[in-house]
Amino acid sequence: MSAQFLQFLLAGLTVGAIYALVALGFSIIYNASHVINFAQGEFVMIGGMCTVWLANAGWPLPLAIAAAVLLAALLGLALAKLAVEPARGASVVTLIIITIGASILLRGLATIVWDKKYHALKPFSGEMPIHIGGATLLPQSLWVLGVTLVVVLLLSWFFGRTLLGKALLATSHNRLAAQLVGISVRRVLLVAFGLSAALGAVAGILIAPITFTSWDVGVMLGLKGFAAAVLGGMGSGPGAVVGGLALGIIEAMGAGYLSSAYKDALAFVIILAVLFFMPSGLLGQRSADRV
Amino acid sequence: MLARLASSRNAGLAALAAVVALLPLALVNNYYYDIAILAGLNAIVCVGLNLLIGYAGQISLGHAGFFGLGAYGSAILTARYGWPPLAALLAATLAVALLALAIGRPILRLRGHYLAMATLGMGVIISIVIATEDRYTGGPDGMSVPPLTLAGVALAGERVWYWVVGVLLVLAVWLARNLIDSPHGRALRALHGSEVAAEVGGIDSARHKVRVFVISAVYAAVAGSLAAHYAGFITPAKVTFFHSIELVTMVVFGGMASTFGAVVGAAVLTTLPQALTVFKEYEMVVFGAVMMLTMIFMPKGLVPTLAALAARRGKSP
Repeated sequence: MSAQFLQFLLAGLTVGAIYALVALGFSIIYNASHVINFAQGEFVMIGGMCTVWLANAGWPLPLAIAAAVLLAALLGLALAKLAVEPARGASVVTLIIITIGASILLRGLATIVWDKKYHALKPFSGEMPIHIGGATLLPQSLWVLGVTLVVVLLLSWFFGRTLLGKALLATSHNRLAAQLVGISVRRVLLVAFGLSAALGAVAGILIAPITFTSWDVGVMLGLKGFAAAVLGGMGSGPGAVVGGLALGIIEAMGAGYLSSAYKDALAFVIILAVLFFMPSGLLGQRSADRV
Repeated sequence: MLARLASSRNAGLAALAAVVALLPLALVNNYYYDIAILAGLNAIVCVGLNLLIGYAGQISLGHAGFFGLGAYGSAILTARYGWPPLAALLAATLAVALLALAIGRPILRLRGHYLAMATLGMGVIISIVIATEDRYTGGPDGMSVPPLTLAGVALAGERVWYWVVGVLLVLAVWLARNLIDSPHGRALRALHGSEVAAEVGGIDSARHKVRVFVISAVYAAVAGSLAAHYAGFITPAKVTFFHSIELVTMVVFGGMASTFGAVVGAAVLTTLPQALTVFKEYEMVVFGAVMMLTMIFMPKGLVPTLAALAARRGKSP
C-alpha cells in the first residue's frame, strides 16, 4: 500500500516538475507583458523534436540539447519581436489570439521540417530502474527532478540578484514606473520570451525519453502548464512550481486510485474548487481594481 | 419613418438577411451548401459568445462544452429514448441553461485569466465525461443522430437545412442586437468598462454577468443540437478545448463587440481551411500566418477595422 503510494508520488513529482517548468514560462511572459502565451507548449515540442532529430543525425546528445534549446529561444525572440511587439497596445485577448496563431504556425512548420510520427529519445543515463522502498524510479526521472531543481535555483538567483532579473520584476509590478526609471521595457519583453521558450524546450527534452515526442505534444503540455500556473497564482514563480508539482501529484493519485480515464477531469475539478475558494490561486496576490 | 428604417441597426440586419437570401446564387453544389450551413451554425454560437466576450468583457474558453451538451443531449434523447427531436432540443437547451445558471455564479466571480482557466476546466471536464461515458455517447467513436422532424416531416438535404439555419441566424442576430440596446445590454457594457464603477452606479454586476453567460450558453446549445441533427452523426471532436478556442478566435477575428463581426469571423474562419487545402502540407502554416497577420495589423478585428476605414474614406472625398 505505502509502496504503491510512493510509486504514484514519484510518478506525480516527475510529471509535476515538467508542468512546473512550463508554468514558469507562462508566468515569466505574463509578468513581462500580461500576455498568456498559448504557443508555450510548442516550445516544449520543439525542444523534444529538435533534440531527437539532431541525435538521430549523429550529433552528440549534449550538443543536440544545446542546439534545441537555442533554437527554441531564438523562435521565442522572433515571436516577441515580429508578432507581440508590433501589436503593442492591442487588447490582451487579441494578443492571446496572436499567440494561438503562432502555435498553429509552429505546429505546421514542425510537420514540414520533421514529420507526423512519434519519436523516442534515448534516456540520458540508461534504463536500469532504481528501487526505493518498494517503488521503482527510472534514472530519467532523477534527471527531470534534478534539472528542474537547478533551473528553479538559477531562476531565483536571476530574479533576486541580477539587474536584468530585477528589471523584469519591476516591469511586472508597474510598467510605466519601470520605464520612468530607465528600464528598457522592450528588452525585458524579448528576454522574457527567450527565457520562457528555453525553459519550455528544456522541459520537452527532459520528458521526451519518458513519454515520446511528436509534433502535437505541445498542446496538452501547454494546457497543463497553464493550469499549473493558474493553480499556483498567475505570475508567481514559487506559485508556478507549487502548482506544477500539485497538478502532477493530483493526476498520478487520481489515475492510480480512482480512474485513469478521469485523471485529467479530476485535476480540473480540483483546480475549479481551488479557484472557487481562492480566486487568485494558491500563492497569487489579491488584486485590487483601479477605477 | 424611412430614416429609422435606414438607421444603421436595421440596415445591418437587412443586409444580413439579403446576404442569406442571395447566397444560394453562388452555391453551385451541395459541398458549398454544406460549408455555408456549418458557417451559419458556427455564426450562431459566435453571436452568443460575442455577447459574453465582446460586450460583457468576460472570456470563456469552454463554450464548446455547451455546444457539445446541446448536441449530445439531443442525440441521446432522440436516439436512445425515442423522444421527438424538437422536444429533445428544448430539453437539452433547458438543461444547458440550468447548468450555466448553476456554475455561472461561482465561475463569473473570477477575473481575467482565472476566469479563462475556470471556463476552460469546465469545458475539458464536459468533454472528458462525453468521451468516457460510452454507454450513452458511444465514446470516442461518436454516435448517430436521427434527422430533425418538424410536424412529422423530416428535414433532409443541404438546401432545406440552409434555409433553416439562415433564418435562425437572422433571428439570432436580431435578438442579440435588441439585447445589446436593452437596459441589460447597457449594464453589460458598463461593467465591461469598470465593474466597480458599474456597481457604484447601481448595477448588480453578478446578476447581469450570469444572465449573459446563460444566454450565450443557450445560443451554443441550440446550435449544437442543430449541428448534431444536420450531420446525423456526432463525435467528441466538436466538444474539445480546441473547438472552444476556435469559437473564441472567430469572435476576436471578426471583431469583438460587433455582432456582424462575429458572423463574418465565423464565416471566414469556417471557409478558410477549405480554401487552404490547395496548400496541402502548408495548410496549417498558412492558416496560422493569416491569423497572426490579421490580428497584428487589425487588432480590433476584421469588421470594426474595415468599418472605420470606410468611414474615413466617406468623410474625405
